[in-house]
Amino acid sequence: MTALTDDRLPAPPRAIRDEMIVFVVMALLLAAVPFSGIYPFFVMQALCFALLACAFNLLIGYGGLLSFGHAMFMGTAGYCSAHALKVWALPPELGILVGIAAAFGLSLITGFISIRRQGIYFSMITLALSQLLYFIYLQAPFTHGEDGIQGIPQGRMFGVFDLTKPTVLYYVVLVSFLAGFLLIYRIINSPFGEVLKAIRENEPRAISLGYRTDQYKFLAFVLSGTLAGFAGSLKVFVAQNASLTDVHWSMSGEVVLMTLVGGLGTIFGPVVGAFAIIAMQQYLASFGQWVTVIQGSIFVICVLTFRRGVIGEIAHYLRRSL
Amino acid sequence: MQALYAQLLVGLINGSFYALLSLGLAVIFGMLNIINFAHGAVYMMGAFAAYFLLNLGGINYWWALLLAPIIVGIFGMILERTMLQWLTGLDHLYGLLLTFGIALIVQGVFQNYFGSSGLPYAIPDQLKGGMNLGFMFLPVYRGWVVIFSLVVCIATWFLIEKTRLGAYLRAATENPTLVRAFGVNVPRMITLTYGLGVGLAALAGVLSAPINQVRPLMGADLIIVVFAVVVIGGMGSIMGSIITGFALGVIEGMTKYFYPEASNTVVFVLMVLVLLVKPTGLTGRAA
Repeated sequence: MTALTDDRLPAPPRAIRDEMIVFVVMALLLAAVPFSGIYPFFVMQALCFALLACAFNLLIGYGGLLSFGHAMFMGTAGYCSAHALKVWALPPELGILVGIAAAFGLSLITGFISIRRQGIYFSMITLALSQLLYFIYLQAPFTHGEDGIQGIPQGRMFGVFDLTKPTVLYYVVLVSFLAGFLLIYRIINSPFGEVLKAIRENEPRAISLGYRTDQYKFLAFVLSGTLAGFAGSLKVFVAQNASLTDVHWSMSGEVVLMTLVGGLGTIFGPVVGAFAIIAMQQYLASFGQWVTVIQGSIFVICVLTFRRGVIGEIAHYLRRSL
Repeated sequence: MQALYAQLLVGLINGSFYALLSLGLAVIFGMLNIINFAHGAVYMMGAFAAYFLLNLGGINYWWALLLAPIIVGIFGMILERTMLQWLTGLDHLYGLLLTFGIALIVQGVFQNYFGSSGLPYAIPDQLKGGMNLGFMFLPVYRGWVVIFSLVVCIATWFLIEKTRLGAYLRAATENPTLVRAFGVNVPRMITLTYGLGVGLAALAGVLSAPINQVRPLMGADLIIVVFAVVVIGGMGSIMGSIITGFALGVIEGMTKYFYPEASNTVVFVLMVLVLLVKPTGLTGRAA
């Protein structure tokens, strides 16, 4: 079995310090966005996808499981949050919780089914499950089919933060993203994360050491799916709609692409990848279907020549873990 | 009852496509250890090849049935030589990602030039019209698709399970290094195998062109259903893929008659049930 990423020893203190410095720089840069004249909507959207890609990376980069259906968690959480906000008129914080709970429930079910098979079959099963869900949402009345749920009220978070103000919304999204990011970072560096990496590198050995690897993978799947749901709920406030595109297989493919470009199994890679892909879509929007062709080409180029991704290459060059 | 038989026939036709596609996936997976995500895209290319042959070259359906799989098969072999062969020894997942990228490129290019609407492809004169079987009206072309696919599937099964070439192929699947030591050119065999699998998909594309029209995205959703078929059947056995493909097509057709709302989802639901009861798939060994 060949390793998916570089072999790495458990992070020594210096690596953790490096990573914290990069994290603080990233947080400061993102916090300065509203003062920089960059369109905040674009950054908020990228942040949601960055969180989604980080959650996806937890599964592929550290568990070695390639889910080709991660859009289902984002889409499900998005639909449920949107429904809770618009029809039940719940406040934003509860709306987000409803979305996260839905993604949690969905990942329990889909994880239970898909974790029974390994490798390539796992990818096909997650893809098929997300397609199943796509057809269900296409027909279910509460999603409004092709139209999606539109005009979702943003409301006041905790009764204080007025999310209709772009700057307030931006900082709420940013803080949520950073919290999600730190949680994933904590999971990766926990004893649980170390066992997960051990399973990725050599599963039979991990089993022989007495770990119930299926349970570890299942837990990783549920954590990843739930966090992807968090990203989906946040995106509802940014886009103010929830639609079928968020559950379509092409969205799952985009998440894979973001993580691949940034670097599978790197901590900051998915964030960089998400910003790169969202920016590309933004600037090339007028080229129509050529965007798909370009995305496909990036896939091919990354797999053939650039498997470590942007951050992976930098980390390899600096001999640091990032 | 008429409607039931009609849906049964539609199910058999879809089953033929599932069988041809999952057969190709299984053959490719056996030799290359790659799940060919581009399989839906080459299926579409087969249909477009037939369309171009007819409209640009004036070459009729019967020649297209032979030429389109060869043209697309050569395209596949070029892909294998230039890209896929470099993935040997890497994790299986990279093969999936690479072929997904190829599928996006191919579908994107075709969408740019042909949009998303369908192009018509006429049924050849010899296969026009229908037969009255007493209990139902059978359009000749549809009957032809089912029978011809069945013949191709069985021929492929025979090629792999019963001939000397097939024996080399199966041996190289088990242990490529040892087979090379006996002087068999395994890399060339891998290329040909990929060409064969891709050619089968293209053949399915040609067969479907008069029924489903020629559309750039005709294979994009189909391939996901075929993945579910492959999960249900397992990729260990050639005959298993053929039987599972046809059986699921028929079940899907029956669902269209008895409970149309679930016709899109029934294959996926069956996949979930099979995974719960027998995680290795119906004919499969452990992956």
